[in-house]
Amino acid sequence: MDPVRSDVALLYRRAGFGATPAQLDAAASAGYEATVETLIAGLQGPDPGGDSVHVPAFSHATKPAGPPGSVARKAQQKSLAGQYRELQSWWAQRMVATSTPLREKLTLFWHGHFATGFSKVRDVAAMYDQNQLLRSAGGGSFEALVQAVAKGEAMMRWLDTATDKKNHPNENFARELMELFTLGLGNYAQADVVSAARGFTGWVTDPRDGSWHIQPAQHDDGYKTYLGHTGNYGGEDIIHLAVNDPASARFVLSKLWSHFAYPVAPSDQVVSDLLAAYGPGSDVTAALKALFLHPAFRSTTARQGLVKQPIAYLVGAARSLGLSATLERTQAAPATSHPLAQGLPAMSTRLAQTLFDPPNVGGWGQNAYWIDTATSLARLDIAAQMGAAADLSALHASAASARSEAVAIMLGLDGWGPTTTAALNHAAGDPISLVATALTAPEYVLE
Amino acid sequence: MSAPPTGPTGQPEPPPVGDDGLLRGRLTRRRVLAGAGVVAGAGILGATLDQRGWLSSTANGTRGHSSSGGIAVLVTLYGGNDGLNTVVPASDPAYRAARPDLGYQPGEVLPLADGLGLNPKMPLMKKRWDDRQLAVIRGVGYPSPSLSHFQSMDIWQTAQPDGTGSGWLGRWLDATGSDPMRAISLGASLPPAMRGERQAATAITSGTITLPGRSPLVAGFAACAQPGSDRSALEASVAGSAAELLQVRSSLASLTGQAAPASTSGRLAAAGTATFGDQLAVVADLINAGAPTQVYQVSLSSFDTHANEKSAHEGLLANLDGALDSFLTAVARGPRAAEVVVFTVSEFGRRVAQNASGGTDHGTASSLLVAGHGVRGGRLYGDQPSLTSLDANGNLRWTVDFRSVYATILASTLGVEPASVLGASFPVLGFL
Repeated sequence: MDPVRSDVALLYRRAGFGATPAQLDAAASAGYEATVETLIAGLQGPDPGGDSVHVPAFSHATKPAGPPGSVARKAQQKSLAGQYRELQSWWAQRMVATSTPLREKLTLFWHGHFATGFSKVRDVAAMYDQNQLLRSAGGGSFEALVQAVAKGEAMMRWLDTATDKKNHPNENFARELMELFTLGLGNYAQADVVSAARGFTGWVTDPRDGSWHIQPAQHDDGYKTYLGHTGNYGGEDIIHLAVNDPASARFVLSKLWSHFAYPVAPSDQVVSDLLAAYGPGSDVTAALKALFLHPAFRSTTARQGLVKQPIAYLVGAARSLGLSATLERTQAAPATSHPLAQGLPAMSTRLAQTLFDPPNVGGWGQNAYWIDTATSLARLDIAAQMGAAADLSALHASAASARSEAVAIMLGLDGWGPTTTAALNHAAGDPISLVATALTAPEYVLE
Repeated sequence: MSAPPTGPTGQPEPPPVGDDGLLRGRLTRRRVLAGAGVVAGAGILGATLDQRGWLSSTANGTRGHSSSGGIAVLVTLYGGNDGLNTVVPASDPAYRAARPDLGYQPGEVLPLADGLGLNPKMPLMKKRWDDRQLAVIRGVGYPSPSLSHFQSMDIWQTAQPDGTGSGWLGRWLDATGSDPMRAISLGASLPPAMRGERQAATAITSGTITLPGRSPLVAGFAACAQPGSDRSALEASVAGSAAELLQVRSSLASLTGQAAPASTSGRLAAAGTATFGDQLAVVADLINAGAPTQVYQVSLSSFDTHANEKSAHEGLLANLDGALDSFLTAVARGPRAAEVVVFTVSEFGRRVAQNASGGTDHGTASSLLVAGHGVRGGRLYGDQPSLTSLDANGNLRWTVDFRSVYATILASTLGVEPASVLGASFPVLGFL
């Protein structure tokens, strides 16, 4: 294995959803740094593949259409559930089709960071708006991103900001802003939570279009002591002071490193190495570029350091096998001889990751979180379905002895260890089984 | 695979179970291999099982369960259950003053004792209380309580003051062998409480495990599940979970045979979407089928009721009430009802005073429910925290350390020295 090819393959797995053999050939000849530039450049501008995916019409939540159990109410709930599935399917298709994979991968990272769940938000347009915000602003200033996410209808509903009133503040958003979004546990006190909640009092959104404004009568305009500062702060000041607190940069950068390279604590040296790039402007794009160019990103620790999160696993497999998010062959003529009811979103749910519905505001865990007997079975079932849906004529044409190597190339991997190679040889006579076994192999489950 | 033996009524007989709670006689190597549906890969799978010591240890009975072969069912209520609106001090004026909208009137709650009443949406648990099958532990918390969901969850799951390290049930798994059937969690992701340093519980989403029909694939998958010195740590854990899946698959197939509980496995076909009641129904089926499992975990989410709490919380408690009652009824049909104890945990209770959103913010101590046919029920355990002498954040002061609840389960149900798992001694409570 050419070391440059191995490096760009790793980069494409982490900064995207893997790459085809042709993409890897081109990237290897362009070089590692040039490939980083290409992926980073994709954080802005058009995304021909992703933009070609049809966007269904999503509506904002409406008042109950009738009493519980009524025909009108049931129809409303059915429509809501249908739109929610369309939203999940839209994003999955977008990830499969994207020409700017880092932008989609970063959107997925932010979805896990600002983990907002449809099960409580119950407003499909609000979830879509947040997702588009994460996509359009995710590579910019972190502070600008937090300010915009905080004012979005989805977050306002998710953490009850709109019910935070002057006479008795609601601490939900205030606490998670510091604990999960900007600072991390240990970098604030309960008194800061109380002050921050006062700052967000009076924040509301217009139910018609989700636009944000302040109800002055509900805002607590008094002085607040917060993170060592005192002033009559409003919510925007509360966010500004949190993002500019000395603890914030390390917290945010350690999360980026943990999800793109391998899990680290905020005190880790690699986090220090990203501080200059992130800078006072909380520049996410510059931090990511420094991350991908850091020598430790290509270390053995990094190569062995992450398990793919389920949707990335599924999208990567679909892209490598030339399948759409509904498992139809993207190249071949109407080869829908495998009309599978289960699309990628449903498969992802079986693997413990439901798009637009993280388990809680802390988002999904990492690595061991994805590994247990239930997900092992789900992966096996899904691999069998994907193998059966794919066009494997090229594998059929090759000699059985050459097939395990060919599958590694197809899936964008450097190769297989001896244990997996032996296992693949058991299945090599049946290309569907071979590909499916490969999709369950530890080397492929890792990112 | 032959049909399982049937009893006089034509119903399949539960497999024979030894004194140590282990299955006897039926888990031959041949049966395990046949049960796994492996044809071409039989030798490979057998080697895997042998290497992991499962068959041999079962045959020798060296990894026996203790003489207290009880069964603990952990019910995790995610989000922080409002203990004060579950076991309600409705007759305390301080309660009604703190919750003018959210609180219940004395006449609304289902009376228990000491002026406390169960939430009106829990009539079935009230009946179980009257039948002495439900106990309530009051004021459960821990020192220096955290108001963070995640840190508090970590503390409860690890039973360590700083919330770091392995899960408390994971440590029990580490100390008791390697059979993945010992502890089973319903749902696609395993809670940290059930992950040890070396062992982890099994996660299932239904009572039966069906592998894909392609035999070369199953053979390849089984071979991939083998340990290999070429694997990195994460790769080895991926392979290890696959090996455990195959073991559990065999165990479940041998256990239930043709008696596979179609009622629940059918409902759970769309895995990952099992309802809370479905989860408990699978647990009851496994218990009644004689599974050697000593710990089960099920979960119910959405208890983080910061806003519009009353109707949402009532819906959750009604769900809990119905599912727990059905579970207790189901296990009463089997031979092990007296050994089964179900208990709820949640990362914290909620603030005494309601907020302006018709909800409550994060709190501290809370009431836990313990139910079972062998529970010393109809009684309150622990002291009721004061509603007027609150901590600096307006939260309850705990009276019972949650590790005392764990210690009681460990000692009475799992039959181990609690300090060996908890790292320190805690008073054992009298509910078992």
